[in-house]
Amino acid sequence: MDPLLLSRIQFAATIAFHYIFPPMSIGLGLILVTMEGLYLKTKNPLYQQMTKFWVRVFGLIFAIGVATGIVMEFQFGTNWSTYSRFVGDVFGSALAAEGVFAFFLESGFLALLLFGWNKVSPGWHFFSTIMVAFGAHFSAIWIVVANSWQQTPAGYHIVGEGLRARAEITDFWQMVFNPSTLDRISHVYMGAWQAGAFFVLSVSAFYLLKKKHQDFAKASIKIALVLAAVASILQLVSGHSSAKGISETQPAKLAAFEAHYPDSAPADLYLFGWVDEEEEKVKMGIKLPGMLSYLVHWDSDAPVTGLRAFPPDKRPPVNFVFQTYHAMVAIGMALILISWLGVYFWWRRILFDIRWFLWVLVFSVLGPQLANQLGWFSAEVGRQPYIVYNLLLTADGISKTVTRGEILTSLVLFGIIYIFLFVLFIYLLNEKIQHGPLADDLIVEGHRA
Amino acid sequence: MNFSFDLNSIWFMLVGVLFTGYAVLDGFDLGVGALHLLTRTDEHRRIMMNSIGPVWDGNEVWLVTGGGALFAAFPMVYATAFSGFYMALMLLLFALIFRAVAIEFRSKQPMKWWRNLWDVSFSVSSIVSGLLLGVAMGNIALGIPLDGEHEFAGTFLGLLNPYALIVGITTVALFMMHGAIYVVLKTEGELHEKVRGWVNNTIIFFVICYVTTTMITLIYVPHMTEYIKAHPVLFIVPFLNMLAVANIPREIYHRRDFRAFLSSCCAVIALMALFGIGMFPYLIYSQPNPEFSLDIYNAASSQKTLGIMLIIAGIGMPLVLAYTTAVYRVFRGKVKLEPTSY
Ligand code: HDD
Ligand code: HEM
Ligand code: HEM
Repeated sequence: MDPLLLSRIQFAATIAFHYIFPPMSIGLGLILVTMEGLYLKTKNPLYQQMTKFWVRVFGLIFAIGVATGIVMEFQFGTNWSTYSRFVGDVFGSALAAEGVFAFFLESGFLALLLFGWNKVSPGWHFFSTIMVAFGAHFSAIWIVVANSWQQTPAGYHIVGEGLRARAEITDFWQMVFNPSTLDRISHVYMGAWQAGAFFVLSVSAFYLLKKKHQDFAKASIKIALVLAAVASILQLVSGHSSAKGISETQPAKLAAFEAHYPDSAPADLYLFGWVDEEEEKVKMGIKLPGMLSYLVHWDSDAPVTGLRAFPPDKRPPVNFVFQTYHAMVAIGMALILISWLGVYFWWRRILFDIRWFLWVLVFSVLGPQLANQLGWFSAEVGRQPYIVYNLLLTADGISKTVTRGEILTSLVLFGIIYIFLFVLFIYLLNEKIQHGPLADDLIVEGHRA
Repeated sequence: MNFSFDLNSIWFMLVGVLFTGYAVLDGFDLGVGALHLLTRTDEHRRIMMNSIGPVWDGNEVWLVTGGGALFAAFPMVYATAFSGFYMALMLLLFALIFRAVAIEFRSKQPMKWWRNLWDVSFSVSSIVSGLLLGVAMGNIALGIPLDGEHEFAGTFLGLLNPYALIVGITTVALFMMHGAIYVVLKTEGELHEKVRGWVNNTIIFFVICYVTTTMITLIYVPHMTEYIKAHPVLFIVPFLNMLAVANIPREIYHRRDFRAFLSSCCAVIALMALFGIGMFPYLIYSQPNPEFSLDIYNAASSQKTLGIMLIIAGIGMPLVLAYTTAVYRVFRGKVKLEPTSY
């Protein structure tokens, strides 16, 4: 394996691992704000118990998010130094802004959230919770801005030539609000809310099935289900809007998502299928004729640019992104179904009694996690062979001085350490869940409610 | 070369301020980690860890933001140094990962082997982090081989030269001194008296290392002293540094622990300032071909970006200082173990 492939694998593996945790903190952060807010409003100690339990879980998730995030901050320089020289002027500032505005906010108020229960007044504690949730949402903005810029560059000009060329900023706000930023940040947020909501649903449904902590579990489910139902629908809206966006900004990517080959013809939408890249067609698939054209242009006869409009070496790996993209969309549909079925059962007042459905909820936590990963894989692999779309090839972006051996060593070490971390994380998370909420947390101002 | 207040010089200083903030803040908590294994009982170790419990993450953010600011203001340096120091940086990252999870995991299980495992990883990773940061600074001071494309042209083993190692050890010594004083400040009773006893030893260790480094720098790394020789007023910086270090034992003796800690902070700041003055206007000095060096002009982003960043820093840093101060105020005073503690 050459250094390029190794660096790509290392980047993909480390960012994918990092991205297990932030969505949960973002989504859970919002849920914590709701729970603590309800506690302050109603003074019902059940909400205090809920807040305290989920804060403990949050602390664990957050810690691993932090530990793995630092790796990402340095990896642009270590493995992608040519790319860093190219983009530094433009999105270095987004990364720096992330540190200044978001990480300091999160880490400072996190201390109060975790350890401040007896040190600050309830009002200030609630404020800290809001700030942590706010900071988590904020950090996602900047990093997604940076990533969106490399998907759809705007507000820059190129200085210098060949491999010494670099992008310099001409308009900061155009850079920030490049054509894909808004679609992608909303898509990422909804994915994160789903990750947090289905996580809470899963743990709480598990308690109900085990007949433990019933009041706690029911109240948690109600809050999470509202969020899950809303976010799942909005996710469809924002995903659709993203797809429309890339039909203009990254046509090769959209064409690859649906394996649409003809230069310019009405395009179909596949429910599933297997792409034969040699023969340039989809096998064993079921398609809705003209549906992609319809979704993009509201007209099933409208032409959509296809892969043959691009030379073969400027196309992304078609079958790979076809599969990841379709899996994401399928999961998205399933999550809508699950969450709205939950709402229906709730309305019928049978939600907490249907055991098969509670089991579905227990496993539903995997849905958003998988879809989040699959979505990023589609977006990032779909951008290939460019590292900065249409401006810099991935092959040209790497660090020239780093050797194959060095990358292999670090990759193997990351592999070992991350597997170890993940096992420990699951083990400790399981301990916390088995341990459950504390009865003591139901005590308010010295007496039991 | 004269100091002119252009954006490039300002960003040289601001990146320096971020890394100095890191050295002052994470310096003590790496130091606490380095001393961790010297305490024996479980309770003492928990107190040590919880003395930095609420603040270590915020402290580390100074490094993250420093890295981000370097990327934005001097992308050439970010690219060259981080790819050049590849293996060293990976080791640093692994150490920081282990440190973070050791703090989080240690007290989650009662088993003795479990706690020992994380105590050792906490301590070793703290020492390794300090050492590697020092070695990196040592190499940057000494100069590293760059080629005409400003790419690193040396080897990993070349980075482990004696000078860099001595700077590395000095850094660990500095952090241990700084950390010991911090623990004195945050503890009471038996542990407090015990750590108070360590302070003098750590000072002696640091002074020995520091004197050695200074001598070697004067003899073998002359370009680090050029700027200061050309501007003799700047001799005030090493002088203040010595004063600050000398003041620590005095304050400790009089049990004015907070002032001792402030003094130690001043010592760290002065050392970082000295490093900055020595480097200016270079960011990476190329040795043996100084003409390939990266300085604040040929490594910088455009004036537009530097200007935007100044606005970002101008809005953001006062906020950061405000809530950093707030957090330190809320958690001031002696550590008490509580159910929510690590
Ligand atoms: C600001 C930049 C940025 C951000 C926020 C992300 N990425 Fe990315 N990603 C890159 C910047 C980048 C990159 C440095 O530009 C890479 C390295 C090689 C490449 O082509 O792009 C990359 C590659 C890359 C690849 C490998 C693609 C390939 O080489 O074929 C995967 C699978 C991901 N990323 C996944 C993710 C995930 C799961 C993210 C969500 C957290 C994510 N990326 C966020
Ligand atoms: C390559 C891109 C990325 C880099 C360089 C990066 C960097 C970092 C760093 C350095 C931290 C630790 C901050 C601390 O010490 O407190 C962190 C944590 C975090 N990151 Fe990332 N990150 C990346 C991708 C993302 C993405 C795509 C998201 C969200 C959409 C995200 C959201 C967060 C959040 C919410 C945290 C706080 C910890 C947590 O919630 O788990 N990051 N990241
Ligand atoms: C419901 C139907 C969905 C549709 C139509 C859809 C559509 C899309 C499209 C078109 C992209 C590529 C955007 C780009 O490259 O700029 C994308 C990316 C992504 N999707 Fe989805 N998606 C859906 C569901 C989901 C779900 C349920 C999740 C997670 C819970 C998710 C998570 C992501 C993520 C994390 C990305 C990468 C970030 C981005 O590019 O915005 N998606 N999605």
